[in-house]
Amino acid sequence: MHTFAYHRPANTRQAAALLAKKETKALAGGQTLLPALKLRLTSVDNVVDLGGIKGLDAIQAKGRNLVVGAMARHAQVATSPVVKKALPALAALAEQIGDPHVRNAGTLGGSIANNDPSADYPAACLGLGATIVTNKRKIPADRFFKGLFETALGRGEIILQVVFPLPKCAAYMKFPNPASRFALVGVFVADFGKEVRVAVTGAGEDGVFRAKDMEAALKKKFTAASLDGIKVPTRGIMSDIHADAAYRAHLVGVMAKRAVAAAGG
Amino acid sequence: MPTVTMTVNGRNVSVDVEPHTLLVQALREKLRLTGTHVGCDTSQCGACVVHVNGRAIKSCTMLAVQAQGADVITIEGLANGSKLHPMQEAFRDNHGLQCGFCTPGMIMSAVDIVKRKGNDLDEHTIREELEGNLCRCTGYHNIVKAIAAGAKAMKSGARA
Repeated sequence: MHTFAYHRPANTRQAAALLAKKETKALAGGQTLLPALKLRLTSVDNVVDLGGIKGLDAIQAKGRNLVVGAMARHAQVATSPVVKKALPALAALAEQIGDPHVRNAGTLGGSIANNDPSADYPAACLGLGATIVTNKRKIPADRFFKGLFETALGRGEIILQVVFPLPKCAAYMKFPNPASRFALVGVFVADFGKEVRVAVTGAGEDGVFRAKDMEAALKKKFTAASLDGIKVPTRGIMSDIHADAAYRAHLVGVMAKRAVAAAGG
Repeated sequence: MPTVTMTVNGRNVSVDVEPHTLLVQALREKLRLTGTHVGCDTSQCGACVVHVNGRAIKSCTMLAVQAQGADVITIEGLANGSKLHPMQEAFRDNHGLQCGFCTPGMIMSAVDIVKRKGNDLDEHTIREELEGNLCRCTGYHNIVKAIAAGAKAMKSGARA
């Protein structure tokens, strides 16, 4: 690992000032940033550890939303009675990330700020139409995920919390890569009554995306059979040593059906 | 050079580290606690698992400076003098190791599993929970048996 200057600000204002500098990265749970630094896939001049800022990991149900702090660890979300009651699909998703030790360190904010194309949380954010609250503004999930490891976050911008609207029902189904446990394909479906959302991770060349054909079909009737005959085009679908585009595209359909069934449709 | 002050196995320590020193390096190279192993160094094998503030984490994927003020328990902190921790004893009784390289991480994970999931662990739960620990010798069979036995033995008033 190349060395860097380490900063541990006590509040978001100080953190934002530090993060305004060039060649600076925020450190949340570190489960992606540290391996990337160790492998010298990336190098930085400054690391700003958000772990010293109090209160960023709070989880609370607020009216018809679930509000999860950016520094909430995956294990915290997976086991939180508040999450399990309000949005069990999110708790179940968090329980499937990585392994127990990764879940004890990795955070919601870190995951979505990184926007790995095979990460789980982006599917929940997009599938639920969440709002990402930063120190500067509120960003709808539809405008937050910009492509491979790209987000709408600007320099000096820090995710504080994610507001998840509560659906009538929702579920996440993932076909994990057997080695890494990242999603080879993962599909999050949520039925809000007036709207159905289907978000796909692990498959898109530009990262997480919405399957609009499926959403339209499920809006008519929220049942797995509504997805019969919907073929996912292979254009824009990732192809690598783990699975080619045709296989992944097929899996999107399979996982979507399973997710709808698991959600009760 | 930053100084990290933390509690390791109940002892207050201050260690001078580089900003990029990993927790596992600080434990092994500065504090000479070489029971914690570096296996893959890529966050996969779990040989480096220690407890930080009561949570099992991979110490190869945490900076030493992040442990400022933390309470750290390593494999050396489990035994009570010459009396092994019940989980260590269970690994011995069940032949839960061959080369022993993964064992410290296995045992630290096992103690964490018991803390989270209780003393009555079925085989499926143990295998699922060992997702982040790799063993290349045993085929896991005796490790799973050891953890089930150790979990039961921990019921009778063991610490950590």
